[in-house]
Amino acid sequence: MRGLAGLAGLLLIVEALPRFGLVNDGYLPPTSRIAAALGDEVVTAEFWQAVGDTLTGWAIGLAIAVAAGVVVGIVIGAVPVLRAATASTVEFLRPIPSVALIPLAVLLYGTDLGSTLLLVVYAAFWQVLVQVLYGVADVDPIAEETARSFRFGPWARIRNVLWPTALPYVFTGVRLAASVALVLAVTAELVIGAPGLGKMIAVAQTSGAVPDMYALIAVTGLLGVAINLAARVFERRSLAWHQSVRGEVPA
Amino acid sequence: MKRLAYVLGLPVVLFAAWFVISAGSENFYAPPLSRILESFGRTWTLDRLQADVLPSLWRLIAGYVLASVIGVALGVAIGLSRGLRATVEPVLEFFRAIPPPVLVPVIMLFAGIGDGMKIIVIVFGCVWPVLLNTVEGVRAVDSVQLDTARAYGIGGPARIRQVVLPAASPQIAAGLRQALSIAIILMVISEMFAASNGLGFTIVQFQRSFAIPEMWSGIILLGLLGFALSLLFRLAEGWVLRWYHGLRSVTKGR
Amino acid sequence: MLEVQGLRKVYKSAGRSGRSGQREVEALRDLTFTVDTGELVCLVGPSGCGKTTLLRCIAGLLEPSGGKVSLDGREVNGPSPGLAMVFQEYGRSLFPWMSVRDNVELPLRQKKLPRERRVELVEQALEAVGLAGTESAFPWQLSGGMQQRVAIARAVAYEPSTLLMDEPFAAVDAQTRADLEDLVRALWQRLGVTVLFITHDIDEAVYLGQRVVMLSSSPTVVQDEVTVDLPADRDQLHTRADPRFTALRTHVYEQIQAAKLGAVSQAAPRS
Repeated sequence: MRGLAGLAGLLLIVEALPRFGLVNDGYLPPTSRIAAALGDEVVTAEFWQAVGDTLTGWAIGLAIAVAAGVVVGIVIGAVPVLRAATASTVEFLRPIPSVALIPLAVLLYGTDLGSTLLLVVYAAFWQVLVQVLYGVADVDPIAEETARSFRFGPWARIRNVLWPTALPYVFTGVRLAASVALVLAVTAELVIGAPGLGKMIAVAQTSGAVPDMYALIAVTGLLGVAINLAARVFERRSLAWHQSVRGEVPA
Repeated sequence: MKRLAYVLGLPVVLFAAWFVISAGSENFYAPPLSRILESFGRTWTLDRLQADVLPSLWRLIAGYVLASVIGVALGVAIGLSRGLRATVEPVLEFFRAIPPPVLVPVIMLFAGIGDGMKIIVIVFGCVWPVLLNTVEGVRAVDSVQLDTARAYGIGGPARIRQVVLPAASPQIAAGLRQALSIAIILMVISEMFAASNGLGFTIVQFQRSFAIPEMWSGIILLGLLGFALSLLFRLAEGWVLRWYHGLRSVTKGR
Repeated sequence: MLEVQGLRKVYKSAGRSGRSGQREVEALRDLTFTVDTGELVCLVGPSGCGKTTLLRCIAGLLEPSGGKVSLDGREVNGPSPGLAMVFQEYGRSLFPWMSVRDNVELPLRQKKLPRERRVELVEQALEAVGLAGTESAFPWQLSGGMQQRVAIARAVAYEPSTLLMDEPFAAVDAQTRADLEDLVRALWQRLGVTVLFITHDIDEAVYLGQRVVMLSSSPTVVQDEVTVDLPADRDQLHTRADPRFTALRTHVYEQIQAAKLGAVSQAAPRS
């Protein structure tokens, strides 16, 4: 309830600031005009095409990053020698800002989906990988030794000990990667000009359609909120399932 | 000795592989590493560092510090007040969910294309993770710690400085770490949009003029910068939160 | 002197069953007892008898629903400077980001004591609990018993007229516990403070106290009280073997059992 009041307050402030001349309405149009611009946008096919493009880049990039992150993470995590050998490399590559790759993406893919994917996959991959590595590090040594003492092979150990332990971390990684992937998808569109919401924002900006620009930015924000919420619900559901399953298996 | 081999082994192998594989490269976009390294030395001279890297760093640090101060201050206020928190939380979630780079065009309207714009962009993008993590951290302060403070008459500013902030500091640090990588991204992007100097600007210039080895050297420099900053952050965090890491290792060991 | 008169505490909680709205839980019904200046009184009761609620009311951390608490003649309505508290959860009550010294010193700084006095008090307090030399360690680097000693030192350095201890030794092992019990008796005799010691351990209550106040099950009233007529010089070996000690603990034990049974059968209020 109070949260709704907070949101209403934000809308009111944005309406009032330019109306009372506290802010130039060429810079910040009142809520009503942004809403009108949004109303005009959502009936165009172009808008929905852009939303679709952004979500396509997001989904494909996220899927690749999650698959790669999980596979690489499990392989590295399951082999202690690999874990030790790759630690420094991961620590070095991870903080490299993904936007450093923008010029490279432009040269390789121009304004295609490929540019978006390169940035999205790079940024989201690390989120997943690091979480999987945390998860693998969290494996209870006693569980691991128990599995060994029963002469479980490597594959059985991964399936029955490592994977169940790492699973909650994988979900966390997916949730983090989902929001990072959206940021990078929109960024690539905005800066490089790959098709999508980001490009529409850039176009609105250069053509001076300020209310439209705000409306589109609000849409990216709402998209972000929706993805966060969905990821959280997904994480909770999956973990609830996970726990109930674990609860039923005699420990 | 063995540890050193593990730390340096793979990076050396990868580097050598890149060097060897790219050695005879005719590919215009992937020049031999030897040429990239050569251009690195040629490109990033002291003058260049002063003209392009220093302004970038200054914007980055100014924006980051401002965002941290604002984020922690607001976060403590919101975290301590249940009513305020319930009111503003959805608004904050919304702002956090906006991909920060789309703020660049908005802030350009208000602040033009000078240093001010870039700093404001960085502040606006970085403040949310700091703010939300501080709120979380403050909200999760142990009730026994708060009772202890009250029972011993520790109130007002002393309670915030001596109890609430340190108790929330691990969570605040997590927010600051997220904010640091966002700050670097925004620094580069804001410079790509509109600037006459800076790392982001220079790299895009190289790309547009098809100065490929120079572009690669810029990417490498940016990578090194990101790595160096995160290393600095980790060192600082390890020092400030040494009590926390110690506490964790003790409770984990038990 | 600590006086508790007709203390009552009712918690209001939102009804979980939906439409019923607010549900009231009566934790303390009607509690009256006093602890004279310089006295050591132990409070025992069956588990879940509202000991912690009572303690929080006395410490001024919780507003009572009725009745009043006064300390040295003044009514308590907020934490008072004449009272220091030792919590059961020593690991959470000491600040892990501060050294032992800073933990003990922080309340003194809040009292705006001059630096030399603070240093002196901290040193004396740590000395008194046998922790001299650990000043610059972090609390979590110490064992559980030592951490609780730090918490006691912090309370002692605060120079309170009254010391409140909330099951302080519930989480330490038996050996350490015996040492800490003797420490509390020694500090009490030396400093002449008023001590209210809450515990669920009947032996501990009889061993430590000059008087034992027994509480009923929740909603809590005073079930009974007994004066411990053991000699003032006590030690773990001989006092606990004393037939008088056994008689007293049997009496307390019976009263606590009676209190539990009273709760189970929902018996009519006793006279």
